[in-house]
Amino acid sequence: MSYFSDIYKGIKTLLTGMSVTGKYFLTSRKGAITQQYPDNRATLKMFDRFRGEVIMPHNENNEHRCTGCQKCEIICPNGTIEIIWDRGIDEETGKKKKKIDQFVYHLSMCTMCALCIDVCPTDAIIWGQNFENSVYDRTKLTRVLNEPESKLMPGVED
Amino acid sequence: MALREKNNKPNSLKTNNLELGTQNMKPETINSNFKSEEYQINMGPQHPATHGVLNLLLTIDGETIKKVEPDLGYIHRSIEKMCERDSYQQIVHLTDRMDYLSSNINNEAVCLAVENALELEIPERVKVIRTIIGELTRISSHCLWWGVMGMDVGALSTFFYGFRDREMLNDIFEETCGARLTMNYNVPGGLMLDIHPNFVKRVKKFVTHFKTKIPEYDRLLTENVIFQKRTKGVGVLSKEDAISFGVSGPVARASGYSCDVRKYHPYSALDKVTFNESLKTEGDTFARYQVRIQELWESLSIVEQLIDNIPEGEYRVKTNAVIKLPKGEFFQKVETARGEFCVYIISTGTKSPYRLKFRSPGFSNLSVLNHIAVGGKIGDLVAILATLDLVIPDIDR
Repeated sequence: MSYFSDIYKGIKTLLTGMSVTGKYFLTSRKGAITQQYPDNRATLKMFDRFRGEVIMPHNENNEHRCTGCQKCEIICPNGTIEIIWDRGIDEETGKKKKKIDQFVYHLSMCTMCALCIDVCPTDAIIWGQNFENSVYDRTKLTRVLNEPESKLMPGVED
Repeated sequence: MALREKNNKPNSLKTNNLELGTQNMKPETINSNFKSEEYQINMGPQHPATHGVLNLLLTIDGETIKKVEPDLGYIHRSIEKMCERDSYQQIVHLTDRMDYLSSNINNEAVCLAVENALELEIPERVKVIRTIIGELTRISSHCLWWGVMGMDVGALSTFFYGFRDREMLNDIFEETCGARLTMNYNVPGGLMLDIHPNFVKRVKKFVTHFKTKIPEYDRLLTENVIFQKRTKGVGVLSKEDAISFGVSGPVARASGYSCDVRKYHPYSALDKVTFNESLKTEGDTFARYQVRIQELWESLSIVEQLIDNIPEGEYRVKTNAVIKLPKGEFFQKVETARGEFCVYIISTGTKSPYRLKFRSPGFSNLSVLNHIAVGGKIGDLVAILATLDLVIPDIDR
């Protein structure tokens, strides 16, 4: 007898479960979280704090805020950041002053731990929202963040 | 005899073998060919039910399991050795990569250990936010577990529902911490950033949303007779064995061993909230399932108690750029979604630890597998693996 009651219970609970799935089957459009990704590129906006890649913003005069203090290079756990620097003459005081030559960023090694951006005293580097980083050649993942011929923004001290 | 005559021709290896076969075909041998015999089979390292690169060497007789030997080390990254090289800020982000489903709680453990060593006074705001995010991480981990648990025992739709609710949490984490899985939000001294203005609103929305979803989980899977027959009485672990194997977390609590670190050694703001430790005494797969579902309710209630009154104040205490711990040994344990996670630091006063040891819950929980799976079927082993809730990078480190 328990054989038949088992079958009855099995079908009953199966139908109870199917009432849940059936509800979503009929109202699938409402509350759907699936994003039609490549099609919604125009409207897709990432959150402000999203960690996509490290970028260095420049102003209209091609000036950045990096003083070359190398704090980010020291804190980085993976050796992602490499700063090639030089000593230049400060125009105002005439003293020798550290300035960056190239801010090299190896995206392929970056774990997005945000320690470099956390430690930067002048907010020279920030997070970019771009997440489409796939390339055909891995050398393209090594980037120089400062623009050619760019200079330190006047008044930025670390 | 015809075969033998053929064999007189040289260089006919194929017929040679054939002849040998016919010669041995005595009646006793034929019967012994159908005798039951133990043999070994590999499960994994790429088996979907092991949730990672875990290789299980099974000794089976037909479909009955005689022995299970886990073979570890496929994703060993020597995290403990790397910690001896890194500074204390850098160690935090490595713990993300161990138990990635409860990354925030792992981060918290290292930060608490460092803060206790430095005797830093942590603001109340930080404590409350850490607890909320920790409990949300636990819910997110259990959501994923529930989805794949259903899928392991043959119900595909649970996977989608579990991930749907986890997606809301991932959005909360992404908005506040910047990343969805490996967040690295805790730093020694507090939090990396203050919470996002939308955080409270989103969490409240999630709590009300998720309260309507757990009963649905029950209707879909828990009450299902087929699911219950697959799980009840399977992989029974007694309380004595749970203690002697060093099992912790929901696996131990399903065997009636009360071991919640949040209850016995409360950290952060957990001493301010009231919650029940979910306990079962059956110790089988279904009990472990029920304990985790119960934990979802408990975590929701903890979040509800804290979310309305997050105290104002600093979100971070200033620490030195180079953190040097005093000479000595420091220990901290927390309850992750899988069990007891411990950090043990030996410092000689330099900027990186002399030795750092992580006690991960997954390793001890895996050790019990051979004990409870022997005698069952392969299908039972999959159900047991699902409720042990293993994360393999946590085991290998």
